[in-house]
Amino acid sequence: MAVTTANKPERPALNLRNRLKPGDWTFVALTGGSALIAIVLIVGLFFELTNQAWASIHHTGIGFLYGTTWDPARATFGAWPFILGTLLTSVFALVFATAIAVLVALFLVEVAPGWLSRPVSYMVELLAAIPSVVYGFWGIFVMGVFIRDHLGPVIVKSLGWIPFFNGTPLITGLFSGCAILTIMILPTVMAVSRDVISAVPRSQREGILALGATRWEMIRIAVLPYARAGVLGASILGLARAVGETLAVTLVIGNSVNIPHNIFAPAYTMASLIANQFPEATGLQQSALIEIALVLLVITFAINVVARLLVWRVTKGQHVVVQE
Amino acid sequence: MTTFDRSTAVVRSDRLYRRRKLLNQAVTGLMVLAVACAVVPLFLIVFYLVKQGVPGMSVHFFTQDPAAPGAPGGGVHNAIIGSAIMVGLGVVIGVPIAIGTGIFLAEFGQNRTGSIVRFTIEVMAGIPSITVGLFVYSIIVLRQHHFSGLAGSVSLAIILIPIVARITEEMLLLVPRSLREASYALGAPRWKTVLHIVLPTALPGIVTGIMLGLSRIAGEAAPLLFTSLGNEFYTSNVRSPMDSLPTRIYTYATGPYDSWHQQAWAMSLLLVAIILVISLAVRALFGSRVTVRQ
Repeated sequence: MAVTTANKPERPALNLRNRLKPGDWTFVALTGGSALIAIVLIVGLFFELTNQAWASIHHTGIGFLYGTTWDPARATFGAWPFILGTLLTSVFALVFATAIAVLVALFLVEVAPGWLSRPVSYMVELLAAIPSVVYGFWGIFVMGVFIRDHLGPVIVKSLGWIPFFNGTPLITGLFSGCAILTIMILPTVMAVSRDVISAVPRSQREGILALGATRWEMIRIAVLPYARAGVLGASILGLARAVGETLAVTLVIGNSVNIPHNIFAPAYTMASLIANQFPEATGLQQSALIEIALVLLVITFAINVVARLLVWRVTKGQHVVVQE
Repeated sequence: MTTFDRSTAVVRSDRLYRRRKLLNQAVTGLMVLAVACAVVPLFLIVFYLVKQGVPGMSVHFFTQDPAAPGAPGGGVHNAIIGSAIMVGLGVVIGVPIAIGTGIFLAEFGQNRTGSIVRFTIEVMAGIPSITVGLFVYSIIVLRQHHFSGLAGSVSLAIILIPIVARITEEMLLLVPRSLREASYALGAPRWKTVLHIVLPTALPGIVTGIMLGLSRIAGEAAPLLFTSLGNEFYTSNVRSPMDSLPTRIYTYATGPYDSWHQQAWAMSLLLVAIILVISLAVRALFGSRVTVRQ
């Protein structure tokens, strides 16, 4: 605690009584006003969505979260298939993206020379600059076709004996959604993992190398344990992105209100259900869709808080920019 | 006896060493494979955008409004202008609030109030864009009883604010303390120091942030679906429904016509080209490691 306070007075403290002149008062009021707008927006967002969802919350109650039937015509609203769809696609994407991203980050930090690591790092980050809707469009016409004709049959052939992995590969479906999300969150996880891994002290590496370790042994013994919490934080940040991702998933996931029975079956995520049904929804259905948005909001909020705590715990003391 | 023992030990350690080396090489191979997995999609996306998009980029693509569904010809002039207006207006609405918040955090944010604001900005950055769309729908569209380009701009501004606010704070904190002290020593009050010394010094970084935010919101479709809705015709009236490139790509991607798909490729190419040019320009000009993340 003493250390933190010792580092603190880099910036002059705000002391309203002694230091501020009238001009300064105005200045504080103006900038504080903008900050207040941001706070009001967030509070308003939670409040307004709760308000709009109230009719549905009142109508369905807690059963909304585990009901499996979504039938607006009969005013039955169960969001479980969409919560499940969101969880399945996001967790799949999380696992694969983290595996790939950590290997890429290790390659960039530990293996590649500077002339190679900078362009590769930049190229992976460029993946993050491509709009969601372009991913979705490309996903239908290029990736989806590849999955139907090449990747899907291979998966069915080799892993088909596992219950969930059989089925007929289609252009759109749960698996396409998982694949597109993996590509989309890769740059987020990679960038944060790279920063966390380069934050591991050099002496740590040198110590184990001096004992005769190979590079992999150095990574396994000296680097990964040190970076573990940060990498976990990075992947959870990716998870938050995957959970809230809308249009790319809407375009490739096949859009079915039923619970998917295999990995190639069409499904829905919470965000894609909203994107698809909200324009035509009225009354109670509209309220139910807003309740789904509220659930989504709470989930992403929780995930973000956990991720930031983790990243902060590891990189504390160092300045690591964590960006969405 | 002793010599025999020593030689088995040598053979054994030799074998172990070879195994360790092999494992090391295997993992390095895995890393290269992972890099390929990460880079190949980027190349495939760019390749298909260029291959399918370039043929669609004719003069009428830029100058005409959409033709009747399925009919050949037509363009996306309305979507290009609509996107430009809504993104521009979103920047105009969002940037002052964002910069104000950034200044507040950097200059007066070392206390509990600052932590609350900083946390709010973090939460704001993590909100799914579709929920922002629903929020603006319910506070503006429902109250006004019609969709509008203005509502679209407001939702884009809400997405822009956290991005620019965070970068502004960081850039202001990078300004050397000696500069502020020099200004205080000359008797300048706090607000003059910030406006005339700190802000101009940090300006390139803040402009970078604005450009990155701009390229981020230029690609957003989800918050526009329920706010600006889309429009088959050209309009510059922000009080009426307005078209945009991302929502038109979405409409055309899900439609059944080949002419739609071709124009969707061309629009995607245009959008990605704009975003990549901004991103590359920012990197070339400022060489920073800040990048745009959609």
